[in-house]
Amino acid sequence: MIPGRRPRSDAGAPVTADPPADGVKGDGMNAPLDRLAERFAALLPPGGVITDPVRLATYECDGLTTHRASPGVVVLPESAEHVAAIVRACVEENVPYVARGSGTGLSGGALPRTDGVLIVTARMRRILEIDLPNQRAVVEPGVINLDVTRAVRANGYYFAPDPSSQQICSVGGNVAENSGGAHCLKYGFTAHHVLSCEVVTPDGDVVELGSGPGYDLLGVFVGAEGTLGITTKITVKLTRVPETVQTLLAAFPSIETGGTAVSKIIGMGVVPAAIEMMDALAIEAAEAAVNCGYPADAGAVLVVELDGPEAEVAHQFAAVERLCREAGAFEVRVAADDAERALIWKGRKSAFAAVGRISPAYLVQDGVIPRTALPEVLASIDALSAASGVRVANVFHAGDGNLHPLVLFDDAVEGAADRAEDVSGKILDLCVEHGGSITGEHGVGVDKARYMPRMFTDTDLDTMQMVRCGFDPAGLCNPGKIFPTPRLCGEVPGVRKGPHPLVAQGKAELF
Amino acid sequence: MTPLDALARACADVRPAEPEEGVLGVAPRFVAAPASPDEAAAVLTAAAEHGLAVVPRGGETRLDWGLPPRRCDLLIDTTRLSRVVEHAAGDLVVKAEAGVALDDLAGVLAERGQRLALDAPLPGSTVGGTLATGAAGPLRLLYGAPRDLVIGLTIVRADGRIARSGGKVVKNVAGYDLGRLFAGSYGTLGLIVDATFRLHPVPETRAFVTRTYTAPKDAHDAVQAVLHCPAYAAGLEVTSGPGAAVRVAVLLEGVADGVPARAALVAGLLGDGAIGAEPPPGWGAYPDGTTLVETSVPPGSLPELLTAVPDASLAWSASGHGHAGLPAGTTPEQAAAALAALRRVGGAVVRYAPQDVRAALDVWGPVPGIALMRRVKDQFDPQHRLSPGRFAGGI
Repeated sequence: MIPGRRPRSDAGAPVTADPPADGVKGDGMNAPLDRLAERFAALLPPGGVITDPVRLATYECDGLTTHRASPGVVVLPESAEHVAAIVRACVEENVPYVARGSGTGLSGGALPRTDGVLIVTARMRRILEIDLPNQRAVVEPGVINLDVTRAVRANGYYFAPDPSSQQICSVGGNVAENSGGAHCLKYGFTAHHVLSCEVVTPDGDVVELGSGPGYDLLGVFVGAEGTLGITTKITVKLTRVPETVQTLLAAFPSIETGGTAVSKIIGMGVVPAAIEMMDALAIEAAEAAVNCGYPADAGAVLVVELDGPEAEVAHQFAAVERLCREAGAFEVRVAADDAERALIWKGRKSAFAAVGRISPAYLVQDGVIPRTALPEVLASIDALSAASGVRVANVFHAGDGNLHPLVLFDDAVEGAADRAEDVSGKILDLCVEHGGSITGEHGVGVDKARYMPRMFTDTDLDTMQMVRCGFDPAGLCNPGKIFPTPRLCGEVPGVRKGPHPLVAQGKAELF
Repeated sequence: MTPLDALARACADVRPAEPEEGVLGVAPRFVAAPASPDEAAAVLTAAAEHGLAVVPRGGETRLDWGLPPRRCDLLIDTTRLSRVVEHAAGDLVVKAEAGVALDDLAGVLAERGQRLALDAPLPGSTVGGTLATGAAGPLRLLYGAPRDLVIGLTIVRADGRIARSGGKVVKNVAGYDLGRLFAGSYGTLGLIVDATFRLHPVPETRAFVTRTYTAPKDAHDAVQAVLHCPAYAAGLEVTSGPGAAVRVAVLLEGVADGVPARAALVAGLLGDGAIGAEPPPGWGAYPDGTTLVETSVPPGSLPELLTAVPDASLAWSASGHGHAGLPAGTTPEQAAAALAALRRVGGAVVRYAPQDVRAALDVWGPVPGIALMRRVKDQFDPQHRLSPGRFAGGI
């Protein structure tokens, strides 16, 4: 969308004070990468190593296409042992590596390194175990989110995290990003649905996190955006399918009246499965794209979904309907069946892509505010938009204050992208000023690392990076993500500099 | 300057420790009770300058959990960190200082119809202590443990600097989640000074459905039936004791129009279960005994748990977490055998035990990932002055 906005070099820049021991040779060949590619070819089944520049280019970005870097080598491991061997080899050669699932991330968290190895989990797609008595499943990291649900739906279960990319995103990626989704207001995030992870550590060891006493390393691993290691096996919690689901669409004359309804619903003590809001511009876009038939002239629409035991939902749903009308809804539609529910969701789920119908280009922002600050922040976004002449469409998970402003611009107009970027950044400032967050679900990745100091002090960031130094003192595991300035870890006792001890003892061979 | 003088300059409430203030028998030299995060930071700075080993103390309800510290120069009493900093009722969020008692916090939240959905079996236990021990009860089935409910954390590091993570919004993936890392870390990574939690509405009504069984298999079948039904239980607890029947108790929470039908469904699944409005005796309490073992056993292994140690009193929640109590008079050898039996079924960590028993036991058991844990500890506390030796693997 904004080609050339960032120099390519930012993804390939060394992030430690010590540059790789073997730098790029004068003839343009990268000796460590070449050596690694050879070793990987011996390790992996045919087709497991990609070095052809044309094919490498298909991995140059994730879902955020504004950051691009062609990986040095791509590998497609098929087991934890493969991943561990790859990581150990990278450590030996002092070459950075990045893990990638389906590549649907929206913050450049899986942005490759030109001087590094991209470890793609697409060949690790087995559902290893379904254990209904214990309400859990064990999956490999490349398994598609929705495939977990598909495997257990007939038994009355599902995997609760439902990011909008759930038809294609991987569970390993969900773990890295601590993915949420429309229903996380009630059901929580990936962190709440992962019981344990087998992880290849930045030392190349395989350990199980979350399965025993001691520090909750699983808790910090989930959501660490792939900077603490690579998960190779995930035990997820399965959630009982609710007895009933009820969905309504309410149309309001304004965002403020819609916001009032949200406050009243939450204030009543109801925790809906989802409350989504869209403003007039977002509705216009959705209408143009998918003919979702949302009420005309609405200043805002709310989608409210309740699920749970039938008697419970029936009672609460009546109250929600009443509260919407009291707050000023001029139309309330209740989905009579799954088809009608799908139609209500269609407009909301299409909103991001739909904006392409009304604008040549756009930025998707992801910020969070305390729900009660919604009217104030939306007014400020309006003012920002008016003052800058940059149009902003608003889509949000209103229940938890997670805003997705879509900042529209014409990339053919000189300077328009910069103005959009500026407005987008100022929206994050508004979120931070109101006690919120610079990201609710898309992650920091490479995209928002520069915003982290707006939310955290140097000491806060330094403290978080103590964890990183504990896991990855060499800084080779997905470097350059989350933190604007890497912390030098210093000499840490016990950090392996020589060959893997098992190799040294002759108990194992690297390849 | 002596350490006591340095501490006194940092904090208004500093004194020499009394002999009975020992932590599992290890007597501290000083006690400091900071009243603000800044004062706490000054205390830890002074402690760093003088190389003092520091152990935090909240409501003293779980100070005897874990292992004795290898060193304890300074007790930091958190009870003057007693402010409920912000209850944003409209956002279902509360920020409270470490020394606030959960009972007091519950009172404040209840005024607005809200609660922190954590069981508090020990009166007087504090926000900081509950987080530091990761303590949770039957409500964990639906609402999770402290790790799942904490959304923001302020700590003072070993070097005296204040660091925050998370924030005051529930949905937030900016940076590492230190709240989850500090949950259950026993004061070995830093001093928790305040925490922000997500809240839940107090349910309009609740019901408990109970039934006792003589055969563990029947109790297991009942538990499986409830777990796989759509009644949406908030808690499910199984208790048993030497010579006593196995009791299954199910908590349902919700609206007055909905709970009776759900309770009836569960009563049917239990096979004529009794429905009551009040918790059955001992609901959410730790089992009797002088040795307490925390167990992690998934629902499918419940029959094995129920028969593993005939002398033990058990309280197991369907979240897969529970406790076993061993009676007074259990010898170290018997305790070791009981612990081994529990570890054949699942995870088992000794929380407290008489000194002679504790000395004979592998309190923490196997710790997967211990090498990483040591390295994280070395980063946070390179001199090993924070609750040294209290934690898994001697951390």
